Amino acid sequence: MDDIAIIGYAQSPSQRRAELTEPQFLFPVISEAIERANVERRDIGFTCAGSCDYLSGQTFAFVMNLEAVGAWPPISESHVEMDGAWALYEAWVRLQHGDIDVALAFGSGKSSPGDPSEIYPLQLDPYTLTPLGADPVSMAALQARAMLDKGTITEQEMAEIAVRSRTNAANNPYAQVRGSGDVDTLLREPYVTAPLRRHDLPPISDGASAVVLATADKARAVCERPVWIRGIDHRIEPHQPGMRDLTESISTRQAGRHAGIDHGPVEVAELSATFSHQEKLLREALGLGDEVQVNPSGGALAANPVMAVGLARIAEAARAISERGVSRALAHATSGQCLQQNLVCVLEGA
Amino acid sequence: MSRPAAIVGIGQTKHKKRRDDVSLPGLVREAAQRALDDAELGWTDIDAVVLGKAPDPFEGVMMPELSMADALGAVGKPIMRVHTAGSVGGSTALVATHLVQTGIHDRVLTVAYEKQAEGNAQWGLAGGRSGGMGAGGIFAPWMRSYMARAGAPEHIGWMVAVKDRRNAAKNPYAHLQMPNLTIDEVKDSPMLWDPIHWHESCPSSDGACAMVITTEDGAARSPHPPAWVLGTAMRSELGTFPGRDPVRPQAGVECAHLVYEAAGIRDPRQQVDIAELYVPFSWYEPMWLEGHDIAGPGEGWRMVESGETQIDGSFPVNPSGGVLSSNPIGASGMLRFAETALQVRGRAGEHQVPDATVGLAQAYGGAAQYFAMWVVGSTLDAVDQKR
Repeated sequence: MDDIAIIGYAQSPSQRRAELTEPQFLFPVISEAIERANVERRDIGFTCAGSCDYLSGQTFAFVMNLEAVGAWPPISESHVEMDGAWALYEAWVRLQHGDIDVALAFGSGKSSPGDPSEIYPLQLDPYTLTPLGADPVSMAALQARAMLDKGTITEQEMAEIAVRSRTNAANNPYAQVRGSGDVDTLLREPYVTAPLRRHDLPPISDGASAVVLATADKARAVCERPVWIRGIDHRIEPHQPGMRDLTESISTRQAGRHAGIDHGPVEVAELSATFSHQEKLLREALGLGDEVQVNPSGGALAANPVMAVGLARIAEAARAISERGVSRALAHATSGQCLQQNLVCVLEGA
Repeated sequence: MSRPAAIVGIGQTKHKKRRDDVSLPGLVREAAQRALDDAELGWTDIDAVVLGKAPDPFEGVMMPELSMADALGAVGKPIMRVHTAGSVGGSTALVATHLVQTGIHDRVLTVAYEKQAEGNAQWGLAGGRSGGMGAGGIFAPWMRSYMARAGAPEHIGWMVAVKDRRNAAKNPYAHLQMPNLTIDEVKDSPMLWDPIHWHESCPSSDGACAMVITTEDGAARSPHPPAWVLGTAMRSELGTFPGRDPVRPQAGVECAHLVYEAAGIRDPRQQVDIAELYVPFSWYEPMWLEGHDIAGPGEGWRMVESGETQIDGSFPVNPSGGVLSSNPIGASGMLRFAETALQVRGRAGEHQVPDATVGLAQAYGGAAQYFAMWVVGSTLDAVDQKR
């Protein structure tokens, strides 16, 4: 595959309830990403969006987001009903043709208008699982329980992950949950859904992220420190939780292998661990040792703008390389309950 | 990198008002299995799956690629879900094509569906709000505007309806089977959205479509003739702004010119043998003939009137019966793409256009603002043969 580079990225601050509409808070994010990429809107040869009609409670909600792109004159454009990380994947594929040199990917979601515990059961098999009304917290609790029973994690470790994420987020202007009490304080809190406490859960967030990609020649021409996509891949597992070993993430391991994570040491990993225990599970699936800095941004436990959060991980991993001198980083995005579908993107500096 | 891509497997379901005999995964699997059978491939031969459909609330299942992963044989593989309004079936096929052309995968299964009887399509098409006008309500004034602009007589819409419904009678998968529909019956059917009568509107269908797209090597091993992708294009524009021409949207004009250029077509009317255009309401046939510069201004309706777009005419449009006869929305675009491939493979059965070697497919969506098109040929130089 041709090397494609990230030359610009931006995110909105993650908020519990954005007063602005989705296209309104998306517009400055897209503008900033393009500005940072040192290109013009008219240079963009392909645009791909990621969003979800169900979050907005409206069919064709994504059509409104075209306003934020400024689709006039007409543009070459597509949309995935997936996290923006998959929009980036489609844009990366499109750039492989070599006939265009700049592409834009963005993701956006506004969770505040709806009730996640009512919406997400609709993401499950409509015949056997939706009628059970299992919400994401209940599903994640099943997974955490399986890990606790197997002895691959403790509640103490889960709290430690939460404390580190929230502490890291204190320095992240885009994060929503910043700073934390100590582990003992957190463990004195009651369960929300056993064995998960409040700190094991992500916040409910509104937000957006955007990334500008370029072919190698274009990236070198406009960008001082392009961040190279060395590999990107995504895989899915069976849907029925009973068909899976919830204490492992096989699809993450597959995606990581196909993305080439073992071609060199990983310094930073930005993981879409939406629940605390998932961070440990993902670390193991990706073979990340203690030397790897995980979620220096605070990760999804500090800000969880659904449909933008996976792309934000890619933006944060790119930021670690372009602004903090990290030489190799990976980003992870997920879709579905209990990490059913996973994407891994390996990034490198020069 | 860009290498040739070929369609070697095509499958579709019987399209019906209500497919109570299958679940959602059963519906997509029916089409996908037929596509694999056509290609004589098994589920394990597939590298990746690209799924497309219109809004999730149509069936009430959010991100259905998750619950359909097993039925689509996607476990352990990449699967993507595309959604670009009515054009989605076309864009989904294009995303799958790009995965092959760029060398990322060798055999990609692409599937699109809608099971509209699970929900209320009119509600969904109104943006999930009550009291909406439906798609017909949005498009009707633009059709009237076209008629005024082009000086088109009323009976053109009736002729398109009769043609497509009679064509559908030659297509066993088509939803509406009306081999004897007459102009008078169309004209006398209830007025829905002026100028659209009942018989000039698409139905609401349950159905799915699937294709297997592969490389030159894959095509060489295919048991049946392949269809080659000779050009692809996508264009989108804003749905409403001052100065927009919704009757002849600029995105549609540009998309057409891009796909012609990609395929090396200089004169589509001469160099294309068969077109499958997204015509959910009768008047969109002449509107797209002009909107994609197949016909000059005011010439589109004359092509209809003179019979050129009939299955035995000089420029057959929608020999399958088109969206007017089967409309599982998410699949409707892919059906256009698949039908052109069927035609250039010579495998369209009773609705085959003799000696078709170059086909043009188009899907559009939103407020006539999203466009996806491809040109397929029986050989890689099928267009050159027509110079």
